[in-house]
Amino acid sequence: MLAKRIIPCLDVRDGKVVKGVNFTGIKEVGDPVECAIEYNKQGADELVFYDITASHEGRGVMLDVVKRTAENVFVPLCVGGGISTIEDFRDTLRAGADKVSINSQAVKNPSLISEAAEIFGSQCVVVGIDAKRDGKGGYAVYINGGRIDMGLQLGDWVKEIEQRGAGEICLNSIDADGTKAGFDIEMLNYVCDRVSIPVIASGGCGKLSHFTDVLQQTNSSAALAASLFHFKELTVGEVKQELNKHNIPVRMY
Amino acid sequence: MIAIIDYGAGNIFSVKNAFDYLGYECKLTNSEDEIKKADRIILPGVGAFPAAMNMLNNSGLVPLIHEQTKIKPFLGICLGMQLIFEKGYEFEECDGLGLIPGAVKKIERTDMPIPHMGWNELKIQNECPLFKGLPENPYVYFVHSFAAECNDDNVAAYCDYGGKVTAMVQDNKYVFGAQFHPEKSGEVGLQILRNFAELN
Repeated sequence: MLAKRIIPCLDVRDGKVVKGVNFTGIKEVGDPVECAIEYNKQGADELVFYDITASHEGRGVMLDVVKRTAENVFVPLCVGGGISTIEDFRDTLRAGADKVSINSQAVKNPSLISEAAEIFGSQCVVVGIDAKRDGKGGYAVYINGGRIDMGLQLGDWVKEIEQRGAGEICLNSIDADGTKAGFDIEMLNYVCDRVSIPVIASGGCGKLSHFTDVLQQTNSSAALAASLFHFKELTVGEVKQELNKHNIPVRMY
Repeated sequence: MIAIIDYGAGNIFSVKNAFDYLGYECKLTNSEDEIKKADRIILPGVGAFPAAMNMLNNSGLVPLIHEQTKIKPFLGICLGMQLIFEKGYEFEECDGLGLIPGAVKKIERTDMPIPHMGWNELKIQNECPLFKGLPENPYVYFVHSFAAECNDDNVAAYCDYGGKVTAMVQDNKYVFGAQFHPEKSGEVGLQILRNFAELN
């Protein structure tokens, strides 16, 4: 049986890990390679770098971060942010990433999903989604960091993502994100019921029991968190011990 | 020196990164001389069976691999493990290296997603020198849609994914194959690579 995965996510700008609750409050807080090594020690099953660099030059810096991480950390590494072409996929994978995550660009140009899956294999194509309740009993897909409603229904979008050959979906609930009130169980179940590819839960976790809840009450394959791990409120090891106590299969080494 | 055979198939740098990290000298190479000089050989690979076998045939290294695997340790990883067998059935029937009897076929599951992707637990079936020093319930990282079907004697470990999936194979001497990615399997994977590098 597959282990449920715990995935710390690092936001990286110009080669530095940054953290901020809003766009004006961004602080630089460390070296991404060192953070990756630390999370690896704690037992992270996978690492995500999310590149929030705006400039083109920044991409080279990010690729160098990926390369140095791949030389020191031997678990799967996923890189997202600013990926818009097949060439970006190729460069990122060559630098040592195992998976590439796309979000807004997939909505704007869905054929990027199918092309990347065909060339590099489904296993390295992750589609990230930011979604929110639409007030009419459904969910709407947003792009550009949750700012633009594309008039796309979540149910339709996840089916298209799967049909185009993506290997995984990373579902971030805008409603839950930042609340620390728990993952969005309802939205995750809505998506897990509609696709058979793995779904990664993102957004909303604030304490240990939220991990148990999401992995017991949904079919999510993994849970992702950023600030909780970053601000050392919890370690990956503590989360896994808790899951293990509840007989949820996790990798303890 | 460990020769990592570079025949054009997939991401081979992560295997080299892992041996570099562990402090073992290794080289990415397709040179017959280097492979002869090496004291052990890795056959990596990502992609489809026929395409990779075609590249390997074109490299002219197949007779050398047959000769060398009789005299020094050899480890196939992922697709490199699948190529060890006599036949593959990805898109079309295709001859493999035939170092271990068996065939590679699509994993058929009605209610499980394919590819089999993620961390799964090794269930040890037969003693294997590459498992020395592993913790209990070792998890390793898999990404594959095809799996080897072979004699139980050759299966060092399998994993459970809606049924048995061959995870690690061996002949009775020098040939080993890992369906999973030891270079992406954390400490457990590094220990397996270390064991391989230390094999007599």
